[in-house]
Amino acid sequence: MLKITDLVHSYGSHRVLDGVSLSVAEGELVSVVGPSGCGKSTLLRSIAGLVRPSGGSILLGGRPIDRIPDNLAIVFQDYSRSLFPWMTAMSNVALPLRRRGLDRRRSREAAMAALDQVGLADAGGKYPWEMSGGMQQRVSIARALAYRPALLLMDEPFGSVDAQTREDLEDLVLRVCAHQGMTILLITHDIDESVYVGDRVIVLTRSPARVAADLEVGLGGSRDQIATRQLDEFVRLRAEVGRLVRGGSTTATTVLEQH
Amino acid sequence: MNRVRVLRGVVGAAGFVAAVEAVGMSGLIDERFLPRMSTILVSAAGLIVDPDFLADATATVTAWALGLLLTVAVAVPAGLALGALPAVERAVRPLIEFLRPIPSVAIIPLAILLFSDNLHLRLAVILYASSWPVLMNAIYGVKDVDPLAKETLRSFGFGPVSVLLRVSLPSAAPFIATGVRVASGIAIILAVSAELLAGGAEGIGIFITEAASAGRIDLMLAATLWAGLFGVLSNAVLVAAERRLFRWHRVRSGSPR
Ligand SMILES: Nc1ncnc2c1ncn2[C@@H]1O[C@H](COP(=O)(O)OP(=O)(O)OP(=O)(O)O)[C@@H](O)[C@H]1O
Ligand SMILES: [Mg+2]
Repeated sequence: MLKITDLVHSYGSHRVLDGVSLSVAEGELVSVVGPSGCGKSTLLRSIAGLVRPSGGSILLGGRPIDRIPDNLAIVFQDYSRSLFPWMTAMSNVALPLRRRGLDRRRSREAAMAALDQVGLADAGGKYPWEMSGGMQQRVSIARALAYRPALLLMDEPFGSVDAQTREDLEDLVLRVCAHQGMTILLITHDIDESVYVGDRVIVLTRSPARVAADLEVGLGGSRDQIATRQLDEFVRLRAEVGRLVRGGSTTATTVLEQH
Repeated sequence: MNRVRVLRGVVGAAGFVAAVEAVGMSGLIDERFLPRMSTILVSAAGLIVDPDFLADATATVTAWALGLLLTVAVAVPAGLALGALPAVERAVRPLIEFLRPIPSVAIIPLAILLFSDNLHLRLAVILYASSWPVLMNAIYGVKDVDPLAKETLRSFGFGPVSVLLRVSLPSAAPFIATGVRVASGIAIILAVSAELLAGGAEGIGIFITEAASAGRIDLMLAATLWAGLFGVLSNAVLVAAERRLFRWHRVRSGSPR
């Protein structure tokens, strides 16, 4: 569904993406990890059509991206700036649905359901500035989920929530991906998380970013916060990703798995 | 907190009135030129039930309200458009910078030549003079909108016009409201000025002119007092409205609620 080839981007003379190639199949959940400042957000913004890359190609459903793709939702890293402070949480979530042609009542119902999914059923009437960072982050996740996009781009979406909520949200994203057939690209700096939620983990190098490794996660479809994390495969992958993120060399296994 | 401030203001005003009255009583000033404060206040109270004055005040307030509405209807869309289209804004900027510093009262003689109808004349000069703060604040407000807020809406498939109306306009609204408040003060000044310079049948300015020619300085000053009070009151109402409507803006920019 998404195919990126030799993507290059520079801000002025500052090279950020240095030939990134990756692909995501329909219905897949791919996590992207990389050191801070390596260009993860830039990669995501290029896919969303918000940044015009300096070179390379991005094909979405076989078509190059020349404008903002239809049927796409983003959870921005700067979630608080992406919520509209003059609207309640409910209206923030419902707004994109109105463009989809849902009437007021149906869009509010869908918004309510999405807020419920992220554990904010009671907070629909609150304004973003009345909420904690973690709550705001969940509102922006709810907004993307309610929209039911074909492609969901999430930029460090669980950074501000507590550990328990984080696990709940990880499981929510897994369910949504499985049941609604969403394709998801999830950026994270959390190595455990990248392995736990991903069908594949793509590791980026230190800036300027290239793909250091593209690892298949052989953990099967159903995951459990406790049992999955104890599996040998999980422990092995976590160590592998950790080494790669720290700039370690690729081991024999990852080279094999890249093909 | 607020009550203390109001109280302090009332005490200040009362002190000023008392001081002027004291000077008046001392006989330092000829009462024919400057009536005693108490005389002015009594005249002002009398004006509330004077049908002539009420008709004049209604005419001025009507011109003020219509002029301000017209200003908002013209300057807000113009400001949004200029804020959203930097190329056009750069093109008209020199014109704006040339016209804006011209004292607005100076265009009244020109308006007298152009308009035969007195209300049209007043509306025209109010529109001209009050548009500047609304226009400038709208342009500034739209340019200042958080790009990420706009990108969020664009990413959900909204077009440029939707983004302008659903993000830029609400984001800029607190700035626009401040512009409207400044414009409201300008509008009352221009309404009365136009009446003073252009004459006409009704208006506070007309009342003042007639009182002056009849040698009734107390009525003249009483009418002026009411015009000033109207300015203070409308400003207070607009401030209160801004506080209510744009709580999100104040919370966000870190000012106290
Ligand atoms: N609009 C911009 N203009 C200029 N430089 C930018 C811009 N956006 C990002 N950069 C620079 O590009 C580099 C990569 O930024 P990016 O936000 O893509 O990294 P990231 O991997 O998402 O970082 P983080 O982990 O902190 O979120 C950084 O050095 C950043 O300073
Ligand atoms: Mg980032």
